[in-house]
Amino acid sequence: MQFKGRVWKFGNNVNTDEIIPAKYLVTSDQKELSKHCLEIIHPQFPKRVKRGDIIAAGENFGCGSSREHAALAIKGAGISCVIAKSFARIFFRNCINIGLPISEEKELPESCSQGDILEIDLTKGFIKNLSTKKEFKTSKFPPFLQEIISSGGLMKWVKKKVIR
Amino acid sequence: MTITEKILAAHSGKKEVVPGDFILADVDLALGNDITAPAAIKEFEKAGGRKVFDPERIVLIPDHFSPAKDLESAQLAKRLKLFAQKQKISHYYELGRMGIEHALIPEKGLVLPGNLVVGADSHTCTYGAVGAFATGVGSTDLAAVFITGKCWFKVPATFKFIYYGKLPRWVGGKDLILYTIGDIGADGAGYKAMEFTGETIKNLPMDDRFTLCNMAIEAGAKSGVIEPDEIVWKSDADSNYSETREYDVRKIEPQVAFPPLPSNTKPIGKVGKILIDQVVIGSCTNGRISDLRIAASIMKGKKVKVRTIVIPATQKIYLEALREGLTEIFIEAGCVVSTPTCGPCLGGHMGVLSEDEVCISTTNRNFIGRMGSPKSKVYLANPAVAAASAIKGRIAHPEE
Repeated sequence: MQFKGRVWKFGNNVNTDEIIPAKYLVTSDQKELSKHCLEIIHPQFPKRVKRGDIIAAGENFGCGSSREHAALAIKGAGISCVIAKSFARIFFRNCINIGLPISEEKELPESCSQGDILEIDLTKGFIKNLSTKKEFKTSKFPPFLQEIISSGGLMKWVKKKVIR
Repeated sequence: MTITEKILAAHSGKKEVVPGDFILADVDLALGNDITAPAAIKEFEKAGGRKVFDPERIVLIPDHFSPAKDLESAQLAKRLKLFAQKQKISHYYELGRMGIEHALIPEKGLVLPGNLVVGADSHTCTYGAVGAFATGVGSTDLAAVFITGKCWFKVPATFKFIYYGKLPRWVGGKDLILYTIGDIGADGAGYKAMEFTGETIKNLPMDDRFTLCNMAIEAGAKSGVIEPDEIVWKSDADSNYSETREYDVRKIEPQVAFPPLPSNTKPIGKVGKILIDQVVIGSCTNGRISDLRIAASIMKGKKVKVRTIVIPATQKIYLEALREGLTEIFIEAGCVVSTPTCGPCLGGHMGVLSEDEVCISTTNRNFIGRMGSPKSKVYLANPAVAAASAIKGRIAHPEE
């Protein structure tokens, strides 16, 4: 899995109410949700985000409500990958399950700036910041999660492994 | 093994599990609501699902935007109802029987000690109060459970909390959990099970235990759990804990969480003068009968100074409040008493905040824009503090 895109920087404890407020949860359509993605803390985000862009955030990204709509809104906005120092666990599951690439990396979020260009290879396990020439190693997912990811998400994995 | 590890091992056909293991576990009960279940139903149908694994083990409750707040939410609730009819799901609760899911499910006795429960709602961790392993998941997880009856987990490490001493007056489950989250932080128990123990917990009433476990998620936890009193499921003496903390509860004052995080807590004595526009007493955190009794004991014979919305969490609680004369006390004090709904807690309806408005609420989250305008502010507290604040028009100690 390889990605190249511009960085959008966010801080610690970005919660799912901020990613997509409850008033928009009357649909689970990615495109529709993406129109309001992160607008509470970054009003320009839904208008200016481009396909392939990357989110780099601090600790506990995606905390709060279990709404899968948060991961869907980010995916619908065209974000290719979310890097955070740490993720809240339900959001983490949701990303794995719907096939939104994510990676936990402790140093990169601090050392990159809004608009930097990153090159990410989750298969080989590295992130290059092309703007600062710094390189980081990403931790690999455990085999169990890799299996779900490479199946293309939880439902496809369920079809393959459990239903038969 | 801890109680959490024992429950997870028993549900995945293993003699033993250790933190970090990935398991595929059998689910005893799976829950969805009017926001999360429609997305799960869509995934279920997209994957070619025809029949759910067991219609008796699925619970569908339209509580978030119900009674329907607009056309779109009416359509979401309708999808829930049609799916329940088609799949013959008996634990579908239509308005009139509906209550806030995390109050209604224990009230109906649907969760037992040692059960494994998943819900497409983050506050599913509430049921740890009866000694179950219960955790929030997403809609796709729920869809997979609909089909297979199974869910994947990473076995969490357990973080042990020991509470000792007698609780001071006006201090309850809400204060214990806010104090604890304030101590360890919004991700202080990230990916972990929080095990609440000690003599204080042994003497803690059931409603307070639900409140305590309900907010484990606000510390990033996977679950919260209290060993059941009739001990079948308990942690071994030689269990491994990732960390242990002890609290002397005699020193804990009623807690107030300042915006924008539940971990941003202060004891009520250090709050200062904060004027408010609205009070909400209710939710899956504090909408149970003992919460309403505490609020009514403070409001009796007095008048509220600000808009105050009281929401009994279930029909049964509503009826009890009516029979005990609590509803009359609230209405005479000038409160609005609503039918059960999650409504204002998540800024859905029945008490959305306008710009620059300030609310003190017995709910569970005070994130930016949680209850409405991103420029509004939410403070979290127990029902006694909320009721006293309603009467004073500012955040107030119940002793006032």
